[in-house]
Amino acid sequence: MSAGRLRALVPPLATGAMFLGAWEGGVRLLGIREFLLPRPTSIWAQLTGQWPTLRHAGWETGRIAVSGLVVGIIAGVLLAVLTTRFRTVNEGLTPLAVAVNATPIVALAPIFNAWFGITGTLSNQAVVVAVVFFPVFINTAKGLAEVHPDEIELMRSYAAGEWTILREVRIPNALPFFANALRLVAPLSVIAAIVAEYFGGPQDRIGNVITSNAGFARYDAAWAAIAVASAVGLALFASALLLERVSMPWRLAGVEGESTTKL
Amino acid sequence: MNGDAVVVTEVEKVFGRGSAEEVTALSGVDLTIAPGEFVTLIGPSGCGKSTFLRLIGDLLEPTAGSVEVFGKSAHQARMDQDYGMVFQHAGLFDWRKVVANIELPLELRGWSKADRAARSREMLDLVKLPDFGGHYPRQLSGGMQQRVAIARALSFEPRLLLMDEPFGALDEMTREHMQGELLRIWSETDTTVVFVTHSISESAFLSNRVVVLSPRPGRIHSIVEVDLGERNEDTREDPRFFEASTEVREALRAVEDGS
Repeated sequence: MSAGRLRALVPPLATGAMFLGAWEGGVRLLGIREFLLPRPTSIWAQLTGQWPTLRHAGWETGRIAVSGLVVGIIAGVLLAVLTTRFRTVNEGLTPLAVAVNATPIVALAPIFNAWFGITGTLSNQAVVVAVVFFPVFINTAKGLAEVHPDEIELMRSYAAGEWTILREVRIPNALPFFANALRLVAPLSVIAAIVAEYFGGPQDRIGNVITSNAGFARYDAAWAAIAVASAVGLALFASALLLERVSMPWRLAGVEGESTTKL
Repeated sequence: MNGDAVVVTEVEKVFGRGSAEEVTALSGVDLTIAPGEFVTLIGPSGCGKSTFLRLIGDLLEPTAGSVEVFGKSAHQARMDQDYGMVFQHAGLFDWRKVVANIELPLELRGWSKADRAARSREMLDLVKLPDFGGHYPRQLSGGMQQRVAIARALSFEPRLLLMDEPFGALDEMTREHMQGELLRIWSETDTTVVFVTHSISESAFLSNRVVVLSPRPGRIHSIVEVDLGERNEDTREDPRFFEASTEVREALRAVEDGS
């Protein structure tokens, strides 16, 4: 199993190494100037040289992303439960949420600065919350609603009430839907945080490090900050996957080996 | 046991009353089922046999007439959890292991952990799946899942078992095997069974009485009495089984002809 896992890691790692090698070689051979596309080795030099600044920026931006993620998830799930439980809320809210979800919410970042202040982190967090909320709400609500009618009838045959049905059937049924939303919004939260930082907030964050370095034509340093941002996004995505595996053991069952037995 | 298991009196069920799509699913239905009886409901699609079953289970309310289960209203019987239900779709919860699925109704009734474990072990033995308690439903075949569904329905020893085409999704061999198992369980537990099917041979093999329904609106066309005594696999080749099947088939033909 672990040997198989390790073997599965080889192709992407090899591809990644080849990609970086081609990048480095291509830039050198073609004589592309550093301000257009810095070499990976130059970016690495910036990454190590400015590590304290970048680490701090990555940590702070990560905190914005995670705090927005947590608030957005809690709000999305709570509202999904409420709309499922009380149909009138559902009929009014869901079409609206679907419409809002289709609009580019990060475009609101400058407006949020006006609402929540341009110097603090609140407006940045608000952008993340707004970006995270809608996919979580819509997917979770779908998972809570799309239950096989037989399963509801079965619970009713046990004289179970709506809350029991919610707890025993709807919520576990919604977990895979919620997990899909989580995979989507975990990296999205980092994107939202950085775009929000382009427009305002404290000056020691990834978004500002990228814009200020790019402003002074220090593109290798800007790329180093982008690399840090990617690492934060990947870490959040990996956490989402891990959470999915831990919370739904039944989805892994029977995948490995042949435990399905005939009658 | 005193009184009848199920008494259905003058029941009518109309869906979408007053709307353009108003449908009378059942009309003027009377049926009395004795304790320990095995009754199947059969008829062409649209005859309201599933609706009939759901009225007995109080999953639907009749538009007119009354349904009594063990001398009380169907609603009270549902609240008292007097019956177990099995659907065509096994309806096991993916996120619960097989034992936890069987124990769900016991959990909802507040049984202790030890009592639940003891009962689910018994039930797994009853449906001959003693080694599969720790599996997840998706690791089992369709026939095995359906046996777990039956174990779940019987776990709290209901006096009535309502089954809605429980073997409809299974292949022929598995289906016949399951019919045998169901009869064995029925004789071991003296449960009353109401069983919906669209299979003529299944109805003839399983039941004491086959209730033949006619469609639009659903009515009881006729009732075929079957007495095959103790049944086993040889019964399927017994002339009396063919006779019963023929009688059910002729009743269904008469339904189709509208007589």
